[in-house]
Amino acid sequence: MVTSVTNFGRSGLSDWLVQRITGVVLLAYTVFIVVVLLACTPDFAEWKALFDQTWVKVFSVAAVLSVAAHAWIGLWCISTDYLVPYVLTIKFGPAVGAKANLLRWCFQAASAIVLFTYVVWGIQILWG
Amino acid sequence: MPLPAIASITHRISGVLLVAGAAVLLWLLDESLASEDGFNAVKTLADSFICKLLVWGVLSALIYHSVAGVRHLIMDMGYGETLAGGRTSAKLVFAISAVLIILVGACIW
Repeated sequence: MVTSVTNFGRSGLSDWLVQRITGVVLLAYTVFIVVVLLACTPDFAEWKALFDQTWVKVFSVAAVLSVAAHAWIGLWCISTDYLVPYVLTIKFGPAVGAKANLLRWCFQAASAIVLFTYVVWGIQILWG
Repeated sequence: MPLPAIASITHRISGVLLVAGAAVLLWLLDESLASEDGFNAVKTLADSFICKLLVWGVLSALIYHSVAGVRHLIMDMGYGETLAGGRTSAKLVFAISAVLIILVGACIW
């Protein structure tokens, strides 16, 4: 059985909203970086000076946190769609189907570790 | 598979690829900010064919995922929620992404 215990906001509606807000933050950050790279083709000093500004650091941390939340919700959706007894039994037989919950939790645990690493790494790059 | 289904599964696949792609982007940011040598290394790295291909791949996934994401936002606002609308917007997503992916490829090479 799939429960909502590992879902980001413990509610589908909350996850839906968080997915939209973080998506918009990431789209804005992507456009910002693309404009910087295309408009000024910065050298090292300019690039460094850009990321020394507080608002750019804050924007960047917001983007890294958005990646973590957005990817968690996305990976959670995918894992609860495919790594379930019904699907795995059809694809790989009842022996694998019976292990679906364990497989899904392992996938989610690995996802959490990777995304947590990104958050720590991102903060370290910006404030390390 | 109907076009909207292809648009949907590609959105999922590009999202999963971007989880790995985020590591590439973080690594490039880390190197480029660590030192002038690192910054230049990232620039020279961008001269190798494999690296260009890798960065283009990550950016292609990012472009497709972003365009398909905007489609979701527009649908959430109540536009194009019909079957015909879903088919048309799926085509638009493919067309716009293809143009942007080719443009970014041209910038990289």
